[in-house]
Amino acid sequence: MEKVFARTKGLTDKPFHYCPGCTHGIIHRLIAEVMCELDILDETIGVSSVGCTYNNYEYFACDMVQAAHGRAPAVATGIKRVHPDNMVFTYQGDGDLAAIGTAEIIHAAARGEKICTFFANNAVYGMTSGQMAPTTLLGQVTTTSPFGRDADLQGYPINVCEMLATLPGAVYLERVKVTDFKSIQQAKKAIRKAFRVQQQRLGFALVEILSTCPTNWGKSPAESLAWVDQVMVPQYPLGVFRGADLEVDA
Amino acid sequence: MTDYSIILAGFGGQGILSSGRIVATAALLEGREVSWFPSYGPEMRGGTANCSVVISDEAIGSPVVNEPDVLIALNGPSLEKFAGQVRPGGLVIVDRSLVHQQPQRDDLRFFAIPASEMASNLGNMAFATVILLGCLSRNSDCMGREAFEKALYEVLPERHHHLIPAEMSAFDQGVAFQAAT
Amino acid sequence: MNQRILMKGNEVIAEAAVRAGCRHYFGYPITPQTEIMHYMAHRMIEAGGVMVQAESEVAAINMVYGAAAAGARVMTSSSSPGISLKQEGFSYIAGAELPAVVVNIVRSGPGLGGILPAQGDYFQATKGGGHGDYRNIVLAPASIQELYELTVDAFNLAERYRMLTMIFGDGTLGQMMEPVLFREEEPINRPDRPWAVTGTQGRREHNTVQSIYIEADDLEQVNLRLQAKYHEVAAQETRYETVGCDDAEIIVVAFGTCSRISRNVIRQAADEGIKVGLVRPITLWPFPEHILDQLSQKGHVRAFLDIELNSGQMLEDVRLAVNGRRPVHFLGRMGGNLPTQKEILEKIREIAGRS
Repeated sequence: MEKVFARTKGLTDKPFHYCPGCTHGIIHRLIAEVMCELDILDETIGVSSVGCTYNNYEYFACDMVQAAHGRAPAVATGIKRVHPDNMVFTYQGDGDLAAIGTAEIIHAAARGEKICTFFANNAVYGMTSGQMAPTTLLGQVTTTSPFGRDADLQGYPINVCEMLATLPGAVYLERVKVTDFKSIQQAKKAIRKAFRVQQQRLGFALVEILSTCPTNWGKSPAESLAWVDQVMVPQYPLGVFRGADLEVDA
Repeated sequence: MTDYSIILAGFGGQGILSSGRIVATAALLEGREVSWFPSYGPEMRGGTANCSVVISDEAIGSPVVNEPDVLIALNGPSLEKFAGQVRPGGLVIVDRSLVHQQPQRDDLRFFAIPASEMASNLGNMAFATVILLGCLSRNSDCMGREAFEKALYEVLPERHHHLIPAEMSAFDQGVAFQAAT
Repeated sequence: MNQRILMKGNEVIAEAAVRAGCRHYFGYPITPQTEIMHYMAHRMIEAGGVMVQAESEVAAINMVYGAAAAGARVMTSSSSPGISLKQEGFSYIAGAELPAVVVNIVRSGPGLGGILPAQGDYFQATKGGGHGDYRNIVLAPASIQELYELTVDAFNLAERYRMLTMIFGDGTLGQMMEPVLFREEEPINRPDRPWAVTGTQGRREHNTVQSIYIEADDLEQVNLRLQAKYHEVAAQETRYETVGCDDAEIIVVAFGTCSRISRNVIRQAADEGIKVGLVRPITLWPFPEHILDQLSQKGHVRAFLDIELNSGQMLEDVRLAVNGRRPVHFLGRMGGNLPTQKEILEKIREIAGRS
C-alpha cells in the first residue's frame, strides 16, 4: 500500500508531553518539516528554553542545547559565533522571551545575530501554571491577575514584533497563528523564510506564533483556537513587520 | 644596587603613568626586577593620577608603595599628599613651574626644577616629566641614560619615535640641572 | 620573543588565552578588568577569533555556555559585581559539564563596593556561588608571570575535566605591570569532544547539552558522577607552594597579592630570629588542606597566620585543615587596602611573643 503520510524525520520518535489542544506540537512539526525540506537537519543546532517546551531537545532530531530561562538568544549567539556555517534557532515562549529574556532577545536582534527565533505566544505562563505573562491581554484572568489584567496595576501587553521592528538588525519579523489549515501553511512559510534568511546571512529573524493554552485558559481545544482568532489577533495583528520584500525563497 | 620605590604623581594627562612605565622598562632593561602599579579610578582625564614603581634585585612583594624612596610631583596637591610618606633621606623632585610649595620637612633631598618652563623652551610641554626623570637618573641608580633611551623606544608608539632625540636632550637638561636649594 | 617584557596583568591574561587557543571571548565592561576586553577586541581579530561585547554579564556567560557547548575554547572575564551576575551561568555550565574559563579580577564589596583590590569573593568562588552541588577549579596567581602560566593551564584543566575553571586575581594583579616571559609557542592538546553540538552532519545521533533531569534517580546519578569527578580533581590537581616551612615556628597562609607581600616579610622576620614559613595555595579549590594538616602535626610549628584581603574567608578552610591542633591567627584588610610588610611583621612579632 502506498504510504501517503509519515512522521517527519526532523522529529524523534518520542511522543510529545503537551496537553490536549496545545499548539506547540504543530509548531514543532512545522519546524521539523522545514528543516527536512531545506535539508538542514544535520547542520542545525537548536536551543530549548524554559517553559513547557523545556525538553523539546528530546523531540527535535537535530543537535540541541538546553538554556537557562530567557537566555536562549545569548546561548544561540555563542553557538552561532563558533559555527557560523550551521543553522541555529531558539524556541521560546512569552515568559521566557518577553519577560526574563527581554534584554537577550532585543540585543540578539540589535546585533543582527544570524539566528532564527521561534516565539510561541500564548499569553500566559504555562509550565508554572497559568500566571500573567508580558503578553497577557488586558482583562485576561490568570492565576496572578485573578480579577483580569488591569492596565493601572499591571501595565499593558508587549507586542514583540512591533517592538523589535525598530531595530535594523532584525531583518525579518512575522506574526502568524496555527488555528486552521490555511494559517498553519502560512506559519510554515514563515518558518521556512526565517531559515532562508539565516542561510543567506541577512540578519536576525523571528517568527511569532500565536498559540493556545487550553489548560491554563480553562477552555476546550476548539474554544481555544477560536479565542486566538477572535481575541488574540486583534491585540496581536498577523503579518510581516520587517522583511516583507525580502526575496529569499528562490 | 639599591632597591627603589617611587611614586610619580600629578594631574591626569601629564604623562604620569607612561613616565612610570618608562622608568620601570629602563630598570628592567638593566636586568632588575620591576613592578608598576597605577592609581586606577573613575577619573580618566583631568583628575589626579599617580603610579608606583618598584625596582629591586629580588622578587617584588607589594607593588603598592606606602613609604617611597622617591617622590616625583608634578602638581601641588601631589606634593602635599605624598611628601609626608617619603622615607627619611628620600628624594623629592618637583616641577617648580607648577609646584610652588616645599615639603614641610628637612630630612629630604629636595629638587625643584622649572621643568615646564624648560620644556616650553624646548618647544614641547610634554618633555617636562622627561626633565624630571633626568634628575632622577642623576641622583639615584634607578636607571642609566642608555637604558632610558632604549625604554623610550620600547614604550612610545612608533609614530612618536622621531621625538626621542629631542626627549633625550630634555633628559640631559634634567641630568645637568644643579639644585639651587 | 625570548625576552621578558613589561605588561599589565589584564593584558597578559588576554594574551595567554589567545596563545592557549582561545578564539571566543564574551564580556561586559567593568573595572578593574576591562583591559582584558580592550586587548581581546583587537587581538581576537588578528587571531581570527571572536570578541562579543554582550549586553550584560548574564548574557556574556550564556554566550560562553553556548560556545562551550559548541566545542570552542572560550573565556569570559569580569570583576566581583559582574561575577555575581554570572553565577546562574556557572551553575548551568557545571550541570551541563562544559569546559569554560572565567576570570575574576576581584574588587572590594559588598554591593557596588569599590574598584580597589580585594579577595572577598573567596567564599563565592570556592563554595559554589550559584545554586546546586557543584565546584569550580579556582586558580590563584600571585604574579604576572603566573597569570600567564595559570591562564594557559586553566584552559587545559577546563577541558580535561569539563569544568568551569576560574582565574581568581584581584585589582592589584589586573592593574599592575611586571615582566613576563612568553614561551615561543603553546602546545595545544585538546581532548576529543564527542558531546559537543556541531550539527550531526549525518554521522551520529543528535547530541543534547542540558543540565535538566526531571527524574530524581537520573539527577542523583548525575550528581554522583559530578562528585566523583570533583574527588578526582582534588586528588590530581591540588596545587600549592611552600617557602621555608621545614623549620618554621609560624606558618603564614596567604594567596595572590597577600602571598607576595608575606614572602618579603619572611626574610625580615628571620633577621629578628623568628622562623616564618609560607604556604601559598595556588588552587583555592581544591584547597591544599593536606599540607596544612601535615604541618599542624609538626613539633616546630607553633601557630598559623592566615592573611587575606577580606574578613577571614579562607581562614575557615585553614582552621578545618589545622583541626584545632594549633592556633590560627588572622590578619585581614578590606575596602581595597593591602596589608603592609610592617603590619604583617608586627603581627608575627605579636604571635611570637616578641612585641
